[in-house]
Amino acid sequence: MPKISMRQAINDALHLEMERDPRVIVLGEDVSGGAGGTSGEREAAGGVFGLTKGLLPRFGEDRVIDTPISESCIVGAANGAALTGLRPVAEIMFADFVGVCLDQLLNQAAKFRYMFGGKARTPLVIRMTCGGGMNAAAQHSQTIYPMLTGIPGLKVVVPSNAYDAKGLLLTAIRDDDPVIFFEHKSLYMDECEVPDGDYTIPFGEAAMVREGEHVTVVALARMVPLAIGVVDKLAAEGISCDLIDPRTTSPLDEETILESVRATGRLVVVDESPPRCSVAADIAAMVAEKAFHHLKAPIIQVTAPHTPVPFARELEAAYLPSPEKIEAAIRKVLGSR
Amino acid sequence: MQISREQMLRAYRQMVTIREFEERIHVDIQRGGIAGFTHLYAGQEAVAVGVCEHLTEKDKIISTHRGHGHCIAKGCDVIGMMKEIYGRQDGLCKGKGGSMHIADLDKGMLGANGIVGGGPPIAVGAAITAKVLKTGGVAVSFSGDGASNQGTVFEAMNMAVVLKVPKIFVLENNGYSEHTGFSYAVGSRDMVRRTEGFGMPVFQADGYDFFSVYEAMRQATELSRNGGGPCAVYAECTRFFGHFEGDPQLYRAKDEVARLRAEKDSLKIFRQRVTETGLLPGSDLDQVDGEVRDLIDRAVREAVAAPAPTAADVLTDVYISY
Ligand SMILES: Cc1ncc(C[n+]2csc(CCOP(=O)(O)OP(=O)(O)O)c2C)c(N)n1
Ligand SMILES: [Mg+2]
Repeated sequence: MPKISMRQAINDALHLEMERDPRVIVLGEDVSGGAGGTSGEREAAGGVFGLTKGLLPRFGEDRVIDTPISESCIVGAANGAALTGLRPVAEIMFADFVGVCLDQLLNQAAKFRYMFGGKARTPLVIRMTCGGGMNAAAQHSQTIYPMLTGIPGLKVVVPSNAYDAKGLLLTAIRDDDPVIFFEHKSLYMDECEVPDGDYTIPFGEAAMVREGEHVTVVALARMVPLAIGVVDKLAAEGISCDLIDPRTTSPLDEETILESVRATGRLVVVDESPPRCSVAADIAAMVAEKAFHHLKAPIIQVTAPHTPVPFARELEAAYLPSPEKIEAAIRKVLGSR
Repeated sequence: MQISREQMLRAYRQMVTIREFEERIHVDIQRGGIAGFTHLYAGQEAVAVGVCEHLTEKDKIISTHRGHGHCIAKGCDVIGMMKEIYGRQDGLCKGKGGSMHIADLDKGMLGANGIVGGGPPIAVGAAITAKVLKTGGVAVSFSGDGASNQGTVFEAMNMAVVLKVPKIFVLENNGYSEHTGFSYAVGSRDMVRRTEGFGMPVFQADGYDFFSVYEAMRQATELSRNGGGPCAVYAECTRFFGHFEGDPQLYRAKDEVARLRAEKDSLKIFRQRVTETGLLPGSDLDQVDGEVRDLIDRAVREAVAAPAPTAADVLTDVYISY
């Protein structure tokens, strides 16, 4: 099987699905780029991270739509197109910019079906780049999936590798509900084996990344590769962990996490979002409620602090959960019997 | 136009400072000293300086992701800025913000802004303050052609007119929003009439010519400072570098930047104008050039040597009290 990057995997999924389903459109800022430029190069960008490259030449301007900088209308138009028969895949360049267009997610897309008594169908995907690691500072580094996970009516996907990203994106586009698809910018170039063709990964099904017996580690997005490094290192010392990647935070595969915690009795949750009202807190609360009597130690959450994301290299490095912090948490949860 | 020799020299110094600052960062980024996303303002100097020469500390400005020029023109400390861009503990924002978030509230500089279209509504608020507290100040927002398509900018324009506040919208059309051309993304291809449609006058300037921007802004401040409500200054200009550092600029004709540097360089245009008309001798300008180069050298030297922030600094300044 070929090894490809997460960026390539997402790009492949977009190509596959646009080929298969003529109702799929892509829209966003600079998804092709070059319109109105002076070089005559029509696809001058293909997305600022290159995720949508090749779509314009293949599928044309009607289906690959460069928009002005107008996030409210990008998401609003995706909502409207989805309600009326298309399957839009909109791009918000950085997840942080959801700040500009939150209404279209919070009050519109998420609620149509419920408010309209089950009559609406809003098959849309909003892709957005999230996360830290590039010193992009407070307005270009956030992982806002906890906030969107808390909105009933939205589904939220947070892939950690190329294989999952492709299968989950194909599922997302075929799903009839609004799906928010988070792409961690520091994972784009990470490679793994990915099949060429079509395959889907169901929502609400966690991946068991490593199996062990002493500790359950749940990690999301970029924290998964970090946690893999730690878990593999500790395995050599005889400390073995279940490492679970939920892959979707809404729906959340509670059962896989609970089953693991029932066996290990110890839980470490790792996420790079700030700690309050977070996915980490949500998982910890769920386990505390449903597997309390199996716990042998207090749950530990490894998260960013309750601060915005800082700019300087040293500050961002201190802000983000690190392998050292994950390792310390695993040792601590084992120590405090 | 009334402009003193001292003021002309100061304006020139500001423009050269912006240029040298940006040219230097362009080089230093490739050496790896600077992290994050950096958007350079070189090429647009005449706009920032022509506008800010009419402002004092009681006047507020708010900038964009491409903020270095606006910051320098409004009087931010160049060494503090360089340290901030290098992510240093004693940078203007203590290394917390970086290039996209440089601010100096004491200087009336309400921040560069990473959110396109984030600034104009905030400037409406600053204009309300000026009106309520009768400070005599004006609030100025800078936005690009790309930002001009953002709903927040339309809302700010309308509300400023409704409230009749001292607010000046400076619209810098440099032809591109990221990789997309102005002629595609601005549907009417006419930002001036679109702005006038909100009910405010627009003073047009040649964005390559300091004197032209200075004159447009003179009219703008005269109107807004004296209770005439909001207005706009519109200038076409160009950026000499990519959208961000690292942009291959595939959307631009190959010779475009070289041609603009040759024909539309606001520093050359300024120099030609003042020397040919005998307003300033070239030797005065040469002296400024040398002094600015020394200043930028010093800024980089100090920034490189400055202390990095520590892990404990992550937790400070989230709140005033908590
Ligand atoms: C809300 C929001 N949308 C998109 C972006 C990404 N972005 C940053 S700058 C930019 C282009 C801005 O163009 P313009 O306003 O013309 O300013 P210029 O870059 O030309 O100075 C875009 C799309 C952003 N930072 N914020
Ligand atoms: Mg522009």
